[in-house]
Order: sequence, then C-alpha cells, then structure tokens
Amino acid sequence: MFAESDEIRIVTETIRQAAREKIAPVAATTDATGELDRDVLTLLWDLGLMTMAFPPEHGGPEQNQGTLLCIAVEEIARHCASSALMLIIQAVGSFPLLHGGSPELLARVLPRIVKNRELAAYLVSEPGAGSDVAALRTTAVRDGDEYILSGTKCFSTNGPVASYYTVLARTSDNGRNGLTFFVVERDTPGLTVGKIERKLGQRGSKTSEMYLDGVRVPVGNVLGEVDKGFLLAMKDFDMSRPAIGAQALGIAEGAFEQMVKHAKERKTFGQPLCEHQMIQQIIADSATKIEAARGLIYRAAAQFDNGQRNTKLASMGKLFASDAAMQITTDAIQVFGGYGYMQDYPVERMFRDAKLTQIFEGANQIQRLVIAREILKETV
Amino acid sequence: MKHLTEEQRLTIDMVRDVVTKEIAPRALELDETAAFPEHARNLFAQLGLLNPLLPEEYGGTGMPVLTLAMVLEEIAKACAATALLLIAQTDGMLPIIHGGSPELKERFLRPFAGESKLLTALGATEPNAGSDLLGMKTRAVRQGDTYVINGQKCFITNGSVADIIVVYAMTDPAKKAKGMTAFVVEKGTPGLIYGRNENKMGMRGSINSELFFENMEVPAANIIGAEGGGFKNLMETLTINRIFCAAQAVGIGQGALDIAIKHTRNRVQFGKPLAHLAPIQFMIADMATAVECSRLLTRKAAHLVDEHDRAAVLYGSMAKTMASDTAMSVTTDAVQVLGGSGYMKENHVERMMRDAKLTQIYTGTNQITRMVTGRELLFT
Repeated sequence: MFAESDEIRIVTETIRQAAREKIAPVAATTDATGELDRDVLTLLWDLGLMTMAFPPEHGGPEQNQGTLLCIAVEEIARHCASSALMLIIQAVGSFPLLHGGSPELLARVLPRIVKNRELAAYLVSEPGAGSDVAALRTTAVRDGDEYILSGTKCFSTNGPVASYYTVLARTSDNGRNGLTFFVVERDTPGLTVGKIERKLGQRGSKTSEMYLDGVRVPVGNVLGEVDKGFLLAMKDFDMSRPAIGAQALGIAEGAFEQMVKHAKERKTFGQPLCEHQMIQQIIADSATKIEAARGLIYRAAAQFDNGQRNTKLASMGKLFASDAAMQITTDAIQVFGGYGYMQDYPVERMFRDAKLTQIFEGANQIQRLVIAREILKETV
Repeated sequence: MKHLTEEQRLTIDMVRDVVTKEIAPRALELDETAAFPEHARNLFAQLGLLNPLLPEEYGGTGMPVLTLAMVLEEIAKACAATALLLIAQTDGMLPIIHGGSPELKERFLRPFAGESKLLTALGATEPNAGSDLLGMKTRAVRQGDTYVINGQKCFITNGSVADIIVVYAMTDPAKKAKGMTAFVVEKGTPGLIYGRNENKMGMRGSINSELFFENMEVPAANIIGAEGGGFKNLMETLTINRIFCAAQAVGIGQGALDIAIKHTRNRVQFGKPLAHLAPIQFMIADMATAVECSRLLTRKAAHLVDEHDRAAVLYGSMAKTMASDTAMSVTTDAVQVLGGSGYMKENHVERMMRDAKLTQIYTGTNQITRMVTGRELLFT
C-alpha cells in the first residue's frame, strides 16, 4: 500500500478488500480456463477501475490518476495478474483516444464506451516491430475524407473481446515521425481477429493477432496529429510503465505473502522453515526488493500526476519491479519446494505471470536504453 | 567434443539422432497433454538405453555415469521430461545396485535386461519429509518373515506406473538415520494404493504420484542391504542422481540457448539482426558462459563417481546448484530474448523455463545442495 492521503488510503482499502473477497477466489480458475470471470469484470467497472484514466466527467478520478491506477493494479495483481491486466490495457488502449481524440469524437464515443462498458485494445506491436516501433508496416492511406488501414498486428491484449482499437499506422515514409494513431471500431469492415495465442501466463486475458484489410475510418478518427503518433505512444508509456511496474509489484507481493505464510507454517528439521537462516535471507531480499520497487513506481506515478517528465523513473520502476517479481516468484516456489511446483498452489501461476512483466510495454533491455538516454540528456 | 572416447561419441551420435527424429518433434505435445512418454520408453528399450546403469553381469551395458550425464544432456536439450524418464529409471535401480545382495540383484535387476520395458521408482519424499528426509513417517514393522508398511509418499516420479518401487521406511524411528530401511516393493503388492497424479507447472511429460501404504506386506527378503541401512543407501543414490539432475539442467540451458541464438540471428529489429545489438550479445555471452561452466562441473562430478572418488559428493552438489540455477536464469533470459513470441507456447522456451524450475527443487533443493557443499568444504 502507498497512502499519503486519507482519500488514497480509503480507495486502497476498498480495492484491497474487493480483490481479496471477490477476485482471489477465482484466480486459479481464471488461469486454468483462460477466461476472465464475468463477475470480476463487472466488479472492476462497478468500482470505477476501468475508467481510471478517463476524464472525471466520464468516470475518472479528479486527480492522482496515475497513482490511483497503480494502486488498483497493484492490489488486484496480488491475487490475479490477469484481472489487473484488464485495468492496464483499458488505460493504455484508451490513452491515445483520451489524449488525442477531437472534442467531437470524445463527446460521441466516451459516453457510449462508459455506458456499454466497452473494452479497449491497443494495436501497436507487429510481427516485425516489437521493441522497434519505428519498423511498423501497417499503412494508413488517405482517400478523401477517409483513411484506409492495412496491416497485421500481434500480441493484442483483449484483441478478441475489445469494442474499440487504437491503432498505430504508417502515414508517411519517415521512420518514427511518420506514424499516426487512429481509433477503429470493432464492427468496421476489414478488421478481423486472427490467431488467439497460447501463453505461458496471464492466461485470463485473451491475446491475439489482428488483421486490418482495407479498413476505412473517417478522418475524424485520427488521434493527435498526423505523423506524431510516436510521441503519443511515448506519453502513453509514461502512464503505463509505472502501471506495469505496479502489476509486477502486486505479483511479487502476492508471492511474498504466500512465501512467508508457508515458511511460518511448514516445519522441517524440527523447526518452522522461517527459523532457518537460509530462508530468512530469501525473505529479507524479497522484502527489500518489494519496498524499493514500491518507492520507484509511486514516485514515477506522482511525477506523472504532477505533470512532470517521468520517463526515467517510469522505466526504472518497470525494470526494477519486473525483475524483482521474476526473482521473488522464482524464490517463492523454491521456499515451497515440491509443493510450489504443483498447480494446487498459486505461486507457480505467479511465476508464469511475472515473466510477462519483463517483456511487455518495452522489454527490460529497452527500459535500460531509455534510462541511459534520459540520464545522458540530463547531463548534457 | 574432441575429448570424448570413441564409445561416448558413438552413443552421443545415436542419441542425438534419435532426439532429433523422435523426441524433439513430440516435446510440445508431451507437455500439452501431460502424458507419459510411452513412445520414448519403447524407443529407449529397443536401443538398450532405458536402463543405462544396469550392470553388465545382469545383462545391462553398465554405462559410465559420465556417459549417461552426456546422454541426459542431449535428451534434455529437446525435452527435459523425456530425460526425466531415464533419470527415474536410475532412481529405482541405483539403490539396488549399490546396496542389494546378489540374490536381490538377481531377482530385481535381471528382469531389466535386454529390451525390458519395466519401470522403476524411488519412494522417499513424504508430505512432511521433503528436504528433511529423516522426518519420514512411513513405518515398517517386522512380523515374522515379512514387514508391514504403513504410510504415504508424494511427488514420486513414475510412482503409479513403476513395476518396482524402492520404498524407504522407518524400522526404528528412535535410531533416526540408522533406523531407516529400504525395501523393494513390487507392483500389485496388496496395500499399495495409488493416489492422484500431480498437476505440475513443468516436466509435464512425467508422472508424479501420491502413494499410500495400508498394511502393505513386504517380504523381509526384499530389504536392500540390512535393516537400518536405508538412509546411507538413499544418500548414495542422491549423490549420483543429483548429477543426473545437473546434466538435465545443462541440457535445458543449452536447448534454450540454442533457440535464443537462432532467434537473434533471424530477428531483425532497428534495421539489423538482434545479434548485432550489444545488450543482446552480452546476454548470449553470459548465458553461454554459465551453461559451459555448468557442463564442465557436471562432467567433472560424473567422472568422480566413475572413479569412486568421495569428492563426487562435493562436486555433485556444486554441479547441481550451479547447473539448475543456470538453467533457470538462462531459460528466463531466452524467453526475454524472444520477447513476446517467447511467452507463447509454440516457441519452446516457455516450456523450458517451466521445466528448469524443477531442477532447482528435486534431488535436494538448492538450499540443501548448498548445505552439502558447505559442509563438505568446511567439516570434512
């Protein structure tokens, strides 16, 4: 928990209780079936968490949006990373729309999205463009009052279930300065769902390929300025990377809680496991990493909320928290021994879920480059 | 591999051929269906590989431990669960080879000669006796010419399919280590009850069973060695099996490294193959260095066993710790190098990452192997 004000403390408590009572009990089933529980999704909307990044008049909080998003993601990810991912992808997928959509477009679509509880997806990654966004090949060609979009997107979270998609496409042959965001509605002809992926973890979310085959959208669906989509994507990262960090933090805390509980209950060599100094070393290292991650993530989120440049801290938080989550979940299984390897216990799921946090929203190798570049810019 | 003997080279060439043609193509399906590797069992039986340690005097090949370590590595490169099939075969055979009387060996080793498809298992672990094997609760009480055994075992590899199981039980709990005895229990013995097979995170192409013993009567003639000799026998077996676990871990690491290297050559990002990016080169360099260290340490330990050198205990524990930690980090990094596609089932590395985790746990957790290493260095 990260609570500097009574307001934040109350929100945190509410989400924590809901996550413990309503989400934790179905987390294992969600992983096993690969289907997010409908009641959980309803709960996320009821609590206002799916509109955390939205303007206040459309269900978002008045202030501290970045911090509150992180808190909600963290509390839910303690029990179920897949459910927490719903909040993240809703915020990430909606960001280009919320920050780049014209007033007319927003006035038209936002009330409907909120009323119908529609899901967003974010179509940026392509088979040939993962970390290297500038290599995008999906094209958007102007034709009168419309753009025609064609290309293949991959690893799209909520691709098969979303109602609206923010799509990054090439509008001019100018590297990263030739990319533009568009919003595409689900029923637009030419937009189809491709292969649904079979993943190591975060299995409660559907990830798919998406095909755009001559998809026509009105010029009014352009988000932000033409050819300036890359900048919008980078701004999105400033919000989303702390949130991914918060997801990793939540996964780590969930595994840590299990680890400590088991270490207190399990007896070996005539004493509780937690009395063995080797186990205490693991517990201490895990707790230290969790607290360090928390500090980075919430400082990055606070900078975002204050309108300060947070790119460096956002990347640091994502990098550190995801590496910590991978280590802590690996160690949590270790503390459980053979039991931890069995699907009856949640730590093996947390281990599988944690790995994604090192990869998505910029692989950790990219985060390191971002951090270094920010530092080199600062010290010119 | 110039330093291989002619015999080793021929064996490895044969295994490599079989792995490429028969084992590798089935690895994904075996993991997916969590089936017993029946195909590999038949194949290995035909090739005389199913019982590699069976001494020549009982119709086997008496393969050196070093050669078997190399064989396991080759198999585990493609499918760790299939390598585990052979390791499980040695689990149940080593206690008899090391501790059995000539009569016992004649009864229980001879049937494994030739193209036998019989399976063995080793029953030591219990719900409350994992790392702390002396915490074992299974009791064997002598009644005339038989022992009546009551208790339960868990996580027993091939437990529910084995034709003979070496069961460890306390005959005199007050004597602790000297009160443990090893018995050969045949399939079909009344009172031998199979519990459920576990649903595991990885190594899914192997069966791990609960076993229950309810007034199970075993002839006194089935004792391995003498009453009270079980713990020593178990430690001897674990010393060697730890090295096989290390060899399996080396194979998992090498398999993941091979896939990562191939990917870095083929995948173009930022205008050139990933292989040209320094952070990726360094990752590959660290992965390869760690795998090679693990391989050399493992082979040294295996060689020491063949030389009947007591230092095998020290080097075996070091090899197991190093190789399994390496397998875990190398597979985690291999998924990282493949990025989003590494997180998907069809690209193998996510399976290898799940498989790798078990090597840090079984045949003694890495906390136990570190303890063994420390004690060997400090107190002997």
